[in-house]
Amino acid sequence: MDTHADLTALTAAQTAAAIAAGDVSAAEVTAAHLDRIAQVDPHVRAFLHVGDESALAAAHAVDSRVAAGQPLGPLAGVPLALKDVFTTVDMPTTCGSKILAGWQPPYDATVTARLRRAGIVILGKTNMDEFAMGSSTENSAFGPSRNPWDLSRVPGGSSGGSAAAVAAYEAPLGIGTDTGGSIRQPAAVCGLVGVKPTYGGSSRYGLVAFASSLDTPGPLARTVLDAALLHEVISGHDPRDSTSLDAPVPPVVAAARSADVAGLRIGVVTELGGDGYARGVLARFSEAVDLLESLGAKIVEVSCPSFSYALPAYYLIAPSECSSNLARFDAMRYGLRVGDDGSRSAEEVMSLTRAAGFGAEVKRRIMLGTYALSSGYYDAYYGKAQQVRTLIARDFAAAFEQADVLISPTTPTTAFPIGERADDPMAMYLADLCTIPGNLAGNAALSVPCGLSPEDGLPVGLQIMAPVLADDRVYRVGAAVEAALDQRRGHPLLTEAKGLEDAGIAEQEAGR
Amino acid sequence: MSITRDEVAHLARLARLALTNDELDHFAAQLDVIIGAVARVQEVAAAGIPPTTHAAELVNVFRDDVVAPPLGADAALAQAPAAEQGRFRVPRILAED
Repeated sequence: MDTHADLTALTAAQTAAAIAAGDVSAAEVTAAHLDRIAQVDPHVRAFLHVGDESALAAAHAVDSRVAAGQPLGPLAGVPLALKDVFTTVDMPTTCGSKILAGWQPPYDATVTARLRRAGIVILGKTNMDEFAMGSSTENSAFGPSRNPWDLSRVPGGSSGGSAAAVAAYEAPLGIGTDTGGSIRQPAAVCGLVGVKPTYGGSSRYGLVAFASSLDTPGPLARTVLDAALLHEVISGHDPRDSTSLDAPVPPVVAAARSADVAGLRIGVVTELGGDGYARGVLARFSEAVDLLESLGAKIVEVSCPSFSYALPAYYLIAPSECSSNLARFDAMRYGLRVGDDGSRSAEEVMSLTRAAGFGAEVKRRIMLGTYALSSGYYDAYYGKAQQVRTLIARDFAAAFEQADVLISPTTPTTAFPIGERADDPMAMYLADLCTIPGNLAGNAALSVPCGLSPEDGLPVGLQIMAPVLADDRVYRVGAAVEAALDQRRGHPLLTEAKGLEDAGIAEQEAGR
Repeated sequence: MSITRDEVAHLARLARLALTNDELDHFAAQLDVIIGAVARVQEVAAAGIPPTTHAAELVNVFRDDVVAPPLGADAALAQAPAAEQGRFRVPRILAED
């Protein structure tokens, strides 16, 4: 390795190979990323907590294995940014909420444990919309993260901290969670690869629950192969999660390496486009369709008429589940307690604590869910939404008769300015228009960059959706698009991100 | 008008959220718009359509009946807002009157 800075520009696969070959130590790699964080994170604000000491200790453990000639996993020694919704015994877990500020969990999430077992170095915990409710990180109690393409814009959300960290070269890998698009949408607006695995493919144990029937952990990375390698590390059956699928992990790494779409039937979803979509997004999407056809795929148009009801159904189902899940924050066993002065009852303390500890969006969703589940409204709202969920799953099933994968833009627009939608919930909710159907049906979906919008020079994401447990297909198509566009462009898209330079923050020369 | 300020105040009480008057005004207006929008699900002709509660329809997930080590009282209480004599200390449960 030439310089310290070079190390942060490598992909995860390159980093792991260099460590395994003894070209560089895991400790050097970690130190380079910690330096990068110290340099840029005051501006990007991706991390809520950086665990310097625990990260270096994890890196040294990998170096000891290398020295002893012991076998290493394919990502051993690679640094990672972990969304602050996964429990970690050696770092706080706040979910971006005042109600959990400083909370130190007594156990590791399954995802956390699998990362550690693979020798992946967890650098710290990343910012997020409070309890994963939002599309911009503006709902974090600790302030928004910034998009490395333009620091005045949002990095998307709710996994916006992990996305901003990976896009700013603070880590080659990130972990997010996707309940309505919270991995794919930030990946799209930060110019990254983000994947929502099949629901039940990755464990929810130790993931602080928002909407249990939808929450799905998944990878964020700068390349499709890196995402696939991380997908394999965190996936597979977990007896501690009763919704975990006891099935083999789809061959996502092999699919990412093959990148072959010849003969594949690719369906363009009629309902995910048109009015309400930015012209620049539609332009890049339509070029991606042409590109896939030129690579030998067969393009068909498919209609999923119930998708237009996905957004309203989601904003009944997710808040209903959240109103129930967040009842656990009762000021009794962990987290904030307000007003316990001896004069107030447990119920008064509970109500004061929840009012002080939760932000506006969480309060809105708890009340919306309480309403949808109320006697007298249940059938008209929650019950109806569950029926819409069936219709959406049927639309997917019919579409997958005609096509092996479905594609759409990942988001209707590129990254929006911080503040623009902050107190306009309906405008904010539209950011997840294209990603929500996949959550309701539980299938696999990936977002891969497909260029910059000619309107504003910001990244556009292509969403690829596959049936349940056919996660390998989204990697196959994503890798084909990535390879063809990188070759045409001559360099990876992310090297064009100049938000930090534009803001006058010194960029280390690293070939990026 | 799909929801009134009084109904929102009732929801806040049910959800144990001690909201201020300003918050109630603000949320009532926003929830009215949101509920108006999500009510679109009622347009769907859904007679005879079964509900879907879950993406993965698993039933009766069992594990072997093997004792595993529990968290332990010290770890469970370590992050409690208040603890006393190896237990969570909570405010009084019953009102005085």
